[in-house]
Formats: sequence, structure tokens, C-alpha cells
Amino acid sequence: MDILQVEHVTKRFARQTALDDVSLTIPKGSVYGLLGPNGAGKTTLIRIINRITAPDQGRVIFDGREMEPKDVFRIGYLPEERGLYKKMKVGEQAVFFARLKGLSRHEAVVRLKKWFVKFGIESWWNRKVDELSKGMAQKVQFIVTVLHEPELLIFDEPFSGFDPINANLLKEEIMGLRDRGATVIFSTHNMSSVEEICDHITLINKSHNILTGRVDDIRHRHGNNIFQIAYRGDGAVLRSALQGCCEVMEEPEPEFGSTYQMLKIHVDRDADVKGVIGRVNEAVELRSFNEIIPSMNDIFIRAVGGSLDNGTPRNFES
Amino acid sequence: MAQSKIGIIIAREFNERVRKKSFIVTTILMPILMIGLMVAPALIMRYSRGETRLITVIDRSGLIAPQLESGEEIVFNTTDLTLDEARRDLTDQFGILWIGEDVMTNPNNVKLYTNGSSSMLAEESVSGQIADIIEKEKLKAYNIENLSQILEQVETTVYMQVFRNDRMLEGEDEQATSSSVATAVGFILAMILYMFLVVYGAMVMQSVIEEKNNRVLEVVVSSISPFQLMLGKILGVASVAVVQVLIWGVLVVGVGTLAMPHLIPADMMGSVDALRAGTLDPAAAGVDVEMVQTLATATDFGYILSIFVYLLLYVVGGYLLYSAMFAAVGSAVDSVQDAQQLQTPIMIPIILSIFVMMMVMKDPNSPLVFWFSMIPFTSPVVMIARIPCGIPTWEIITSLVVLYLTFMFMVWLAAKIYRVGIFMYGKKPSFKEVCKWVRYKY
Repeated sequence: MDILQVEHVTKRFARQTALDDVSLTIPKGSVYGLLGPNGAGKTTLIRIINRITAPDQGRVIFDGREMEPKDVFRIGYLPEERGLYKKMKVGEQAVFFARLKGLSRHEAVVRLKKWFVKFGIESWWNRKVDELSKGMAQKVQFIVTVLHEPELLIFDEPFSGFDPINANLLKEEIMGLRDRGATVIFSTHNMSSVEEICDHITLINKSHNILTGRVDDIRHRHGNNIFQIAYRGDGAVLRSALQGCCEVMEEPEPEFGSTYQMLKIHVDRDADVKGVIGRVNEAVELRSFNEIIPSMNDIFIRAVGGSLDNGTPRNFES
Repeated sequence: MAQSKIGIIIAREFNERVRKKSFIVTTILMPILMIGLMVAPALIMRYSRGETRLITVIDRSGLIAPQLESGEEIVFNTTDLTLDEARRDLTDQFGILWIGEDVMTNPNNVKLYTNGSSSMLAEESVSGQIADIIEKEKLKAYNIENLSQILEQVETTVYMQVFRNDRMLEGEDEQATSSSVATAVGFILAMILYMFLVVYGAMVMQSVIEEKNNRVLEVVVSSISPFQLMLGKILGVASVAVVQVLIWGVLVVGVGTLAMPHLIPADMMGSVDALRAGTLDPAAAGVDVEMVQTLATATDFGYILSIFVYLLLYVVGGYLLYSAMFAAVGSAVDSVQDAQQLQTPIMIPIILSIFVMMMVMKDPNSPLVFWFSMIPFTSPVVMIARIPCGIPTWEIITSLVVLYLTFMFMVWLAAKIYRVGIFMYGKKPSFKEVCKWVRYKY
């Protein structure tokens, strides 16, 4: 079941096209990474999903039907550029935003108190926002985003401005929301967090969707059939055993303190990996045989740099 | 759903502003200040009597000096010294008055040498006395018998009571009106209105800029459309303005109809009642008719109430029209400084309306004034100045309808600029670019 489908969405501004025929499907309960360099059109797409702007062409399907204005109450959005009313008191302000999202005043206060206790910030209720630090204000903003228990959460660079402890707290909260059935869209540049928490991604570059799918699939698809062998034995024997069936690339330094030697090889796409393993096993004492899959960071840089799938074998170790 | 969302925005804007100390202070202090401004000149005149000023007179004609009358403020004395000697020796006196020999034929040959700064009042008092004496001397030259009695009998002051015949024929209960009172009331109302347009319009603009700078906007517009946000903001600030006018209205009407009759001396109040009944005989009552008319106006409940209703209608209409434009400007810029240039097209009609309003003082029914009180951009200020003078109701209704229709058009137009502007950061757009935004599809 998909919570959101974006179908052939195009959006033009006066001088440039922000989105050109972009389609993507977001499965319910997933953590979906929306990636892309600055100015690629991510924010425009998020604004279209939030119904802040309307697409020129294409449509957005929410929960199986064409999206309606009231669906925004089922979305929680944390924009990259965060902001609160500086002169307003924290509690009052949170109630204001909650009511805008359709909660009653009473319901908002009850839920807010719970969240404030959870984050240990009960004492902030009557303080003005401009008395808070940036990180503190971020916490308040996070609560405001999730308070109405939206089914779809959109976080634009959620971890920026958080120290590692609070970033971790936030990450746990987000994963908790997902476990309780919410779908999360992540827009970020931080690729390590993508690998860690996203199961699906879409990469947008120059207003086009250039890469989309499950994170695992994408990483494997972009692997160049490079394997790393850890072994104990005679390197020369191993090399000669592998002669003809694959290409030996390099001999990385063994890890510190390790007694195993390392070798990296490139196996042709249609070659028999099982046979290669058999040869290695006969030649030396095999400890491990791993495919080296590229990090999201490499895939991102290559994809955006335009060198995706051009077949050049490279070392993808991060 | 959308309706209640706008309600939440309105409530926030209203609460944030009404709770501010500055709002409470202006709301209460403004009427006091206005009453103070009206009373102050009289009080200053009464209590600012200076010390006695000594003036030595050197009268070459010999006609003037004996007739100069010393008063509490100015004391004259004569001397035999020459002008040069007096100027050298009598530096402890306020001044030396020198009157030329030919003063009867050349009244400009009078000089006052003061030791220190002079004052307009003292100068007028001296020159006035001299002029009176010269006039009297010239009349004497005609050798008319019993001149002083004749002059006394001839002197006349006319107290004219002006009635609006057209209204009386329509069966309205009309009392004598005073054009000067109406003009003054109109002027004050127009100034209040001008203040509301500029202050509250700028308030909307600043609020939009603040939201844009705080980046709070994006969060808000993910729950409510930019148009609703803009409208909610405009209406929220409007409700603050309405509350302020209502408070002032209650204060002024309250003071005018409840407190004033008790503060005014009974015989004065009797004259006011007589004026209302149309039986006032100014000569017999021995009162200043202008004063009585002013008091009658200030204590006329119906009159003040109708004025405030019109004020409210024009404050709201004018504010709505201008705040929509101010909101559009605010959305286009990142800071108040950047707004200056784009604000110019808005400020020009406001300032123009003040100039036209001055024309109302001369003639509240001239074609120029009439048309400017119909054009929506100038009508609030110009029309509110005309209303106290008593103009046909159809003119007021027409101008109000035009004003409110223009407001609706302007909100539609401003919303188009607003929803583009709020997401534009960085470069300050030119007026031309802002106009282009109107055509953007969103």
C-alpha cells in the first residue's frame, strides 16, 4: 500500500523549470529519502506535496485517491528553514500551530504537556521563543510537527543544528513514529543518515528524478562487482590461481593488528562468482569474501556528477 | 474548516497586539492627549504671563507718548535723553521706543530697540496701541462733535446663526450649525484616519516581513493557504483598529454627553439648550455664540455617534484597502529598509489625500473635493473631513461602496503578489518585477 504517489509532476517558474515530469511512489510505513543537490527541486516537490503550491501538470495521489486540501492535516512538515514567532510564548505558540493542524485547544494542550515531559522541557511553556537557544527551539519545532500525529511526516534536513545527543534522541523519535505506522519523508544531504535510516530513496537532479528505489537494491545495482578477500597464505599462489577468471586490482594494507592479508578483485558481471570463491578457497585459507558496495555518498556524487552507469570500475570504499 | 482556520490566525494577530503595552498606552493616552491639545493653548495663554516690561519712549511727535497706556505687562515712561544716549545708558530696560516726528503721516517711522529677545505679544501690543492712537488723532482732525459717543453707538457685532434649510425641510430636527466647528472636527477626524492608515498598514507590512524573516511562514502555509494567512492577518490587525476606535468612541461620547453638561457652568448650558430650541438671543444672553455652538456640538450625542460610525466605516475600509497593498509590499522584501522604495506608490495617494483634505476646509462641496472623496485611495481621508460639514447621504454611501469593492479587488491582487513574494528571498525586486508576479500561476 502506498501512502503517496507523485505522478508526472511538472512545475515551471518564470525562468526555470523546477520539476520536469517527476514521478515517485512512497510506500506506507517506509522511511523515504528525498535526495538531491541544492536547487534540484526538492523543496518545490515538498511544497507541492504540502499543497503550498500547485503543480502545472501531473497530480498527487494521497492514500489511494487524488489529494484534497484537508489531507494536509494528515501531514506534518518540518521545513529546512525553521522558524517560530519570536515574541510568542512557547506553549501558546505550540497550541496555535496545533490548532492550525486541526486539533482542538484542549486536545493540543493535553498532547503538548505529554511531549514537553518526554523531552524534559516543561519549564519552557511560558518562556518566549527568543529566550531559547537554537537547539531548544528546534525541539519545540519538532514537537509542533508531530503533535497532530500525522500519517505522513516530511522532514527537511531534520538533524541540522542538533548536537549528537539530541540528534540521536530525534532519530529515535522518528524511528518510533515509523514503528507506530507513520511514513517519513526525509530530505537531506547527509548520506550517512540516509544509509542508516532510509529504506527507499529518490534522487532528484536538475528537476528530474534520476534514481529511485530501495536503498539496498540501489547500492547493489551500483556495485561494480568488486570483491575484497581476506585470507591467510601465500599471495603469489592466490594471484596465480585467480589468473584468467578475474582482474586483480590492488592489495590493501591489512587492518591494524590483523594477521590476515587483503586483496581486491574485479569480477566480470556475468562471471561465476561461486567458481572464483572455489579457486580462492583452494589456493589459500579464506577468511572472508565480501562484495564492496558503494556508499550512498558515492552514488550521490557519481549520479549528480553524471557518471552513473558508465561502467568505469572504481574503488568505492568510503 | 477554512473559516475557522482564518479565525485562528485572526485571534493570534489580535491577541499578540492587544496585549502589548504600547497598545494599551496609546488607546488610553490618545484621547487625553487630544483633549489636552485643544485645551492647552488657552491654558498657556492664561498662565504664561511674563514679568513687567519697562519701555522708555522717545516721542518726537509729542502726540503718542502721553496717550500710551501702561498695563500689567508693559509699562511706558518718557525721557529727555536722545536716542543714542538712551540706547547706551538704559540697557537695564526692556526696550526703547522711538517715534518719529512725522508719525501721523508716516506711521512706519516707529522703531523699537530691545535689550534681549522680544516677544510677538509685546510687539503687537505696542504697535496696536500706537495704531489706535494715530487713528483717533486723525478722526479728531475732522472736528466732529460727540465723536466718542457716535463711535460707541456705531460699533456692531453680528452673531449669525446658520441653519441647514434642506435638512429642516426634510423634517430633521436641526439646530444651528457652525462651519468652523464642523471644519475643525473634520480636520481632526481626517488626521486620525490618516494615522490609522499609515500606522496599521505599516503594522501589517512589518508582520509579513517578520514572518518571512523568521521563516515561520513556511510552517504556517503548510496548514493554511497563503491567501487565508494574508486575509487573517489583515482582519486580525483590523479588529485591533476597530477595538481602538470603539474605545475612543466610548470615551469621547461618554465625556461629551455625560461629563460635559456637569462641567459647563449652568448659564452656559442654558444657552446651549436655548440654541437647540432655536430661541437663543445672543445679545440678551451675552455669550459667545461660537462657544455655545461648539459646546452644543460636543454634547450632541446623536451627532457624535453618527460621526463615530462613519469614522469606523472609513477606518476599516481605508485600512483594509491599504493594508492589502502593504501586505503585498511586505511579502516582496526581506527587511523594512528594502520596503521603502516599493512603499512609495502606496504613500503617494495617502499624502495626496491630506492635501486635498485641506481644500475641504475652504469648500466641502467643490468638484475637486467631491471627486477625491469618491476615488477609493483618497476617499477615506477626504470624505471623513467632509462628513461633519453635512453632505448628502448618497455621496457617502457611493464612496463607501466604491471603497469596499476596491478593497476586494486589491486583496485579490495583493494575494497574487503575496504568494509569490513570500518565497522569494535575497534580491530586492523592482516595482516592475512585482507587477509581473501577478501573472504567475500558482
